[in-house]
Amino acid sequence: MSRLLERLLGRLPIGWLQLVHQRGRFAAALSGVAFANVLVFVQLGLMSSMGVSTVRPYQFFQSDILISAADANTLVDGGNVARQWMLQALADPDVVSGMGLFVAIVPWDRGDTDISLTTFGINPFQADFLAPDIAADIDMLQVQDAAILDRLARGLTREEAAAVRLHTPLSFETQGRTLTAYDTFAGGGGFGADGYLLVSDQTFLSLFPARSSGAPDHILLRLRPGAQPDAVANRLRGLIADRTLRIRSYSDAMDEEVRFQQTQRPTGVIFGFGVLIGILVGIVIVFQVLSADVADHMREYATFKAMGYGQGFFLGVVVEEAVILGVLGFIPGVIAGWAILTLMAEVTTLPLFISFGMAVTVFIGTVVFSALSGIIATRRLAAADPAELF
Amino acid sequence: MADDDISIRTSGLNHWFGTGEARKQALFDIGLRIARGSFIVMVGPSGSGKTTLLTLLGCLREVQEGSVVLLGQELRHATTAQSVRLRRRLGFIFQAHNLHESLTARQNVMMGLQVKGRLNRETADEAAAHVLSILGLSDRLDYLPANLSGGQNQRVAIGRALVGNPDVVLADEPTAALDWETAAKVVDLLKQLGQARGTTTVMVTHDNRILDRADRILTLQDGRLVADDSRRV
Repeated sequence: MSRLLERLLGRLPIGWLQLVHQRGRFAAALSGVAFANVLVFVQLGLMSSMGVSTVRPYQFFQSDILISAADANTLVDGGNVARQWMLQALADPDVVSGMGLFVAIVPWDRGDTDISLTTFGINPFQADFLAPDIAADIDMLQVQDAAILDRLARGLTREEAAAVRLHTPLSFETQGRTLTAYDTFAGGGGFGADGYLLVSDQTFLSLFPARSSGAPDHILLRLRPGAQPDAVANRLRGLIADRTLRIRSYSDAMDEEVRFQQTQRPTGVIFGFGVLIGILVGIVIVFQVLSADVADHMREYATFKAMGYGQGFFLGVVVEEAVILGVLGFIPGVIAGWAILTLMAEVTTLPLFISFGMAVTVFIGTVVFSALSGIIATRRLAAADPAELF
Repeated sequence: MADDDISIRTSGLNHWFGTGEARKQALFDIGLRIARGSFIVMVGPSGSGKTTLLTLLGCLREVQEGSVVLLGQELRHATTAQSVRLRRRLGFIFQAHNLHESLTARQNVMMGLQVKGRLNRETADEAAAHVLSILGLSDRLDYLPANLSGGQNQRVAIGRALVGNPDVVLADEPTAALDWETAAKVVDLLKQLGQARGTTTVMVTHDNRILDRADRILTLQDGRLVADDSRRV
């Protein structure tokens, strides 16, 4: 390592030699950087998982435009949309079809654990609005109180989910009715509920008698091939008399919800602060270590100053130490972060993982922030006065 | 004496410490011409201004009043970059060795070469080993300072000062931690460098045995140059 760094730097690797000379401090510093990395990875993993789980329900459907109430920041929030606006939207030559989408969360008493499922009520005769893997099973929803259950829902065992078949359905009570799941699809636990459930709009209205068939939560529109969703959405804003409605392309609606979840919702903000705190902890640890190191070697640095070494040399030594701490601290950090997220994913069924991009970003961030800490720590070198050596 | 033969020249050199009422003059009107290759010893009681003069000659302090010309460069109003460049042509030996604790004897000596530019590892290795062998440390090349005696560390520090072939060596009690045999060897080495390469040495010492070997003895008292015993120059 020493020889490699010497070749790389073109000088004695004083930073590395200083670090390994005090092994206890070096180990503590590496643990500190690794700890900061774990903090950042866990928070980033949670944030990323929030993005993935936010997008997940959008992937159940195939749509080009989403019409929602003004206060609908997410798929499950906000008021209703009058079905008449769907009919009006169909007047646009580019709009091919429309479907009302009902959304609510239903509880499922499972004895020792109660879980909640985000339930979508859809028209079982409009399979083209569903993702292909779900559309294949949609016919069975024509039966009253039939359901398709999320096999990745939290609280549902894999064996239990695997046993759900047309001839071995799973029945359960909710909202005072008995629903029967004849098949399953892959959803996954999210931050708002433990999983998903698909039912027909008629079954949905039976579960929620206060709801009206004329007022779904959202309206999904499909356009003719080649039509531009943004342009059509723009036209619809002029065509539909209710100016308060949010008429957006489906992809824009998805992006806006991810942004909303990550920046407006308390959980997203907390995760964001978690990342910030991880970075700050890392900076403080590296700064403290390097600062103490500079203070301990003040006489040596003053000697080097007297010999004619310039500020660039000292900056190089301290940044060398910082980068070594950043690089070597990252390795245990990413391993521990990965282990913790894997464990958390197992327990929560949230899509928690370290993506390659995330690892690269954190690695670059670690090295850059470590180097910054090093640069700040070199300010103490101004106190190294070579005249004091005599 | 021609200018080319002069390593150090001072005139009207005054220096103060502190400000306002606490301001105290440390040097008074010091005028010196030190020939290239000479071995100068500076003596005087504590507080007489020897160290202050040494730091001024070594570009470690700013010249406040008067003139110091070192290796042809006026130090008054010299920029930081000029001072740093000039210091690379000097060799400093401090009373405390100030070796870097995490570098071996060889690596500490190599620091005296590295300051001059990118290292050729093999050449630097050889040069450091050569200097250390002259100083009797060929069997301690890869020892850390913590594993060397005080005298051995001081010899490593001397090696670090000399390995880069400095034009001027400024030394403060460099032989205090050495036995007389080693001290004499160091003084001989410095004198040989003076004769062979024109290296000028200015040494502060209280060791009378070294005084006998000096080309010139400067005596300072209360900040004034009170005696200049020139034997050769």
